[in-house]
Amino acid sequence: MRKKTYQLPLCCCRCNVGIPIADCIQIRLVIYNPKCIYYKYFWAVCLAIVLPEKGRMGNVVRRRTRGALRCSSFEVCGNMAGLELLSDQGYRLDGRKATELRKVQARMGVFAQADGSAYLEQGNTKALAVVYGPHEMRGSRSRTRHDRAVINCQYSMATFSTAERKRRPHGDRKSTEMSLHLKQTFEAAVMTQLYPRSQIDIYVKILQSDGGNYSVCVNAATLAVIDAGIPMRDYVCACTVGFVDETPLADLCYAEESGGVSSLALALLPRGGQIALLQMDARLHQDHLEALIEAAMTACKGVSKVLDEVVRQHLEEVSVLSGE
Amino acid sequence: MLKSKTFVKKTRSGGVMKIVREHYLRDDIWCGSEVCAECKQESAVLQRDACIESNLCTYPHYLIPDTNVVLHQIDVLEDPVIRNVIILQTVLQEVRHRSAPVYKRLKDIIHEKEKHFYTFTNEHHRDTFIEREPGESANDRNDRAIRVATKWYSQHLKTSESDAEGLKVVLLTNDQGNTQKAEESSLLVYKCMWSMFSIRGSTDPFKKLCVSTNEITSSKVLFPEHLPLSRIQAGIKSGSFLQGSFRASRDNYLEATVFVQGEGEDSTEVLIQGLQNLNRAVHQDVVAVQLLPRNQWVAPSAVVLQDEGTAKDDDAEEEEEEKALRISAAEAASKPTGKIVGIIKRSWRPYCGMLNASQIKESTRHLFTPADRRIPRIRIETRQSSTLAGQRIMVAIDGWPKHSRYPNGHFVRSLGSAGEKDTEQEVLLLEHDVPHQDFSQAVLSFLPKMPWAITPEDMVKREDLRHLTVCSVDPPGCTDIDDALHCRELDNGNLEVGVHIADVSHFIRPGNAMDKEAANRGTTVYLCGKRIDMVPELLSSNLCSLRSNVERMAFSCIWEMNDKAEILKTRFTKSVINSKASLTYAEAQMRIDDTTMNDDITQSLRGLNKLAKILKRQRIEKGALTLSSLEVRFHIDSETHDPIDLQTKELMETNSMVEEFMLLANISVAQKIYDEFPDCAMLRKHPAPPPSNYDILLKAAKSKNVEIHTDSAKALADSLDGAKVDGFPYFNTLLRILATRCMMQAVYFCSGMDSDFHHYGLASPIYTHFTSPIRRYADIIVHRLLAVAIAADSTYPDLMDKHKQSALANNLNYRHKMSQYAQRASVAFHTQLFFKSRGILNEAGYVLFVRKNAIIVLIPKFGLEGTVFFDTKDKAAPNLVFDEEGPTLKVEQHNFCIFDKVKVTISLDASNIQHQKIRMALIDPVIPGVSVPAPDVEPQAKKPKLDR
Repeated sequence: MRKKTYQLPLCCCRCNVGIPIADCIQIRLVIYNPKCIYYKYFWAVCLAIVLPEKGRMGNVVRRRTRGALRCSSFEVCGNMAGLELLSDQGYRLDGRKATELRKVQARMGVFAQADGSAYLEQGNTKALAVVYGPHEMRGSRSRTRHDRAVINCQYSMATFSTAERKRRPHGDRKSTEMSLHLKQTFEAAVMTQLYPRSQIDIYVKILQSDGGNYSVCVNAATLAVIDAGIPMRDYVCACTVGFVDETPLADLCYAEESGGVSSLALALLPRGGQIALLQMDARLHQDHLEALIEAAMTACKGVSKVLDEVVRQHLEEVSVLSGE
Repeated sequence: MLKSKTFVKKTRSGGVMKIVREHYLRDDIWCGSEVCAECKQESAVLQRDACIESNLCTYPHYLIPDTNVVLHQIDVLEDPVIRNVIILQTVLQEVRHRSAPVYKRLKDIIHEKEKHFYTFTNEHHRDTFIEREPGESANDRNDRAIRVATKWYSQHLKTSESDAEGLKVVLLTNDQGNTQKAEESSLLVYKCMWSMFSIRGSTDPFKKLCVSTNEITSSKVLFPEHLPLSRIQAGIKSGSFLQGSFRASRDNYLEATVFVQGEGEDSTEVLIQGLQNLNRAVHQDVVAVQLLPRNQWVAPSAVVLQDEGTAKDDDAEEEEEEKALRISAAEAASKPTGKIVGIIKRSWRPYCGMLNASQIKESTRHLFTPADRRIPRIRIETRQSSTLAGQRIMVAIDGWPKHSRYPNGHFVRSLGSAGEKDTEQEVLLLEHDVPHQDFSQAVLSFLPKMPWAITPEDMVKREDLRHLTVCSVDPPGCTDIDDALHCRELDNGNLEVGVHIADVSHFIRPGNAMDKEAANRGTTVYLCGKRIDMVPELLSSNLCSLRSNVERMAFSCIWEMNDKAEILKTRFTKSVINSKASLTYAEAQMRIDDTTMNDDITQSLRGLNKLAKILKRQRIEKGALTLSSLEVRFHIDSETHDPIDLQTKELMETNSMVEEFMLLANISVAQKIYDEFPDCAMLRKHPAPPPSNYDILLKAAKSKNVEIHTDSAKALADSLDGAKVDGFPYFNTLLRILATRCMMQAVYFCSGMDSDFHHYGLASPIYTHFTSPIRRYADIIVHRLLAVAIAADSTYPDLMDKHKQSALANNLNYRHKMSQYAQRASVAFHTQLFFKSRGILNEAGYVLFVRKNAIIVLIPKFGLEGTVFFDTKDKAAPNLVFDEEGPTLKVEQHNFCIFDKVKVTISLDASNIQHQKIRMALIDPVIPGVSVPAPDVEPQAKKPKLDR
């Protein structure tokens, strides 16, 4: 079954012309044939994962576009004219410049009972990640892989995480999708082949949501996995970027995300520059994609520096405590 | 370089939601001054020697205007004298929020290098950000933020300044409280007005603009409140208010009339002028009007005014426009004038039109301009403005609050991109309320099953006329043939003439879905290249259509006439016929003219033609009018469906032959059904126009020394026939065109509800429509009535109910009118397509009307009417003198009056994609500054040969 997805040919959804995947490690997202006569623009309806070593398409999940153009007249609050996301002086709504990240703060080892845990704040988005394992397979044994560990992810949002109380903290469509994305990201990053027939559980909870939930989850989970001592190829750092006025904006906050920006989420293994996950479901001109991915990678590298610092500081603290 | 502090800014929106946003404060925002040595800016915007020559400030200074100063004195800021201004982010945001046009202008100034305007992002600066204090209003907080920023600047410049030039910052404000507070904190404050007055070398416009103190606020109440329904009703009862339907003017958005239906026949029109008086009424609403005192009555203005303001803040201009209206009105005869006090019933529907995207790119509020000029622009909220721009969209009105200049609405759906033929056709169908969806399954279920044939049961009830030499004569390409004729000599030497009309009422039974649909549609609508059927195509083009050589059911009207065309006997019967030929007018004409042809059909046609001529003469003697209007016909390319040529329709003898017999049949049937059902016959009348309608015609004729009598139809017809001017052969046609414009609309009515049956145009005491049941619903009703009258069919309750009948007649009148408008619009659109492909043309035409600022020119070659404006926005108006009596219009030295021959260039004006129009400009007579040089019109390029 898995093999089938490996061989899935990439072809334009519109004109059905097959597009050769260049033998590259970084993969370009090509869903529509760039020469497709139907569409100058394309809808990114696809989610691509690259297994970093082999450098080929891991798995293509096609998704249907949900409602082509959403009529949003009632989403706008009150009397407000649309927000100016990037002023002429180059400042964003919250005073950052286009490439600047929000303030990242993190702590590792916040829970003693779990094998690994971390708390991460990226601006007002706050997430808690907990890792159990690797341990024996629980539940159905049929999922066991004889050559590697299985990663199990669960994403949820606290009921108090949004401005209005959330009815259903997990298990809805969005959360399930997010869980799947996390799983795919970490399968690409964790050296699962070291733990055959076992399972690693990653639980992530958003405590406060202010945009970029996916990337914050990935960053928090990375720290938790490191805290659990599970070997990874590299830190996985994620960041969202949006595209406004021909300028890529790094690390979008909620106001920007909801302001009708086409945004792209990218998870990167910074040292090799390999993409663990790339996701976009907005409309964007093909010409801008390269620049956007470039900006996202720069942002991810910025995040990786912060994470690295956090890990080093944590190690220092731990070594001081253990009296070494 | 980045020192980020996390501040939390809480804002409330929608009353309940709490929004938490991060707010980063920075220490890398520079002051932008050349003087400053502290800030590490790359290029300073503000100059070192920032001196505006002013009496007030003799030292170099930077100006910091507050929000209100920017909003009200933007013209001053635009002046080149004003340089070195610091625009604070707070101010910029407030301006953006309150007035889009001013914001746009401000941004333009900022982008201009020579102006040295610097935007200081004070809200994100570490030292100038302030938090709102408890109990402080947002405005007060912003004022404080402006003061804090000013203070920061003055201190910053003081410390950084090495030389003692004494560079200062000056806060400009008009607000008393703000001034006081600023002075307390020892800032330099000036009232904007004085500081401007004291600028040396300032020019006149300065002073004028500075004084203007109009408010720009969204909460201002623009319109008076509508009265509650109970008070309106009481007012109507007591006679202080009048109830009527509101009709906005097409040419002038500040003017409208309310049509008040009085008791019986008399109805009055009340003029409404000015935004306040119009009070948010929208075209076709039912409104309550209060008459103004007689001394405030005005006359409708002859000025063409279009609402072209950029956004909501064009109050000032509007006031001027309103004033202009009044002045022009004062001279002329005034009409009853009133103001709207309340709306009794809104008749809002979704409107087609296009979006004017707001000047602020991210803005979600945009104005929508309906295709119909009588509908005001509508404000909608959408985030898809970039997608919707350039598309035809539909918008529905939600409401019109009293503080809003425009009604609020929402986006309904998109019809497609503007200018495409399908989209435009859809728009004009929707705009004219033409039901044009496909027929529903319920309707189609009542169609007869195919293959269909006439059964013996049908034959029993019908007369077999299959042996007669019946033929039909129609325009070319006609597939819905609803009439056929025959004529034969009887043994007694008289002639038998038969008119056979498709028996649609046999297929459409009363009360079923198909009948209801047809009653609602009322009429088939013919557009250029498209037909919107009233009944499904199987009936209209096949089973009902009296095609040649097939057996068809018909309703026949058969007369016995002598050779003087006197009717000796009239007989109606349901029948079965078999048409021997379906001819076009041209073919029939050829047969009649070709002496070598002597077959039955030709004989029959000759007989008919002979009788028709006599009938026509008799009719004209009785006073029937022959009017004229130019109809055009397009030659449409069979593949692209683009019009390739345009010509006026020509009329042949056979046209009038068919017409005469149709008239005869209609009159005979009208008489018959009225005799049988005096209470509920569906008839058609054409009221005589009131004498005042003829004014324009009389004046026009007088200018050529021709006398026209309008006492009766006969007198009019005779004087029109006699009206000839030597050397002006087209004069008569023009006069007839004008006469047509004077006429009233013919209408359907129910005989039980009315007493005046006269048909003015046809000079017939009674008239109905019987001959086109495939394309008109009235004819179906008449068929049913006639069938009952001759005991060929049974009756049903609705047919005999005069109130229901009357309601139906109203709907039919409405649909009929709308279909005519739709047809005209379709022709207009195709004319535009035609001229688009042709480029610029020079043509000769005649002045048809003279208006205050324009003449309306008719081009006979294309049957095209266009307006030549003399006052255009972009250039100075020539000297115009309008004389009501002539009516003549004196432009500089040249006098225009009706029927003048002029030469114009015709081109397509696509500058407004919504209302693409044919633009005409004067070539001859040559008036300097007004007329345009004749462009070289290239001979029509030969069609490129196809490359093999």
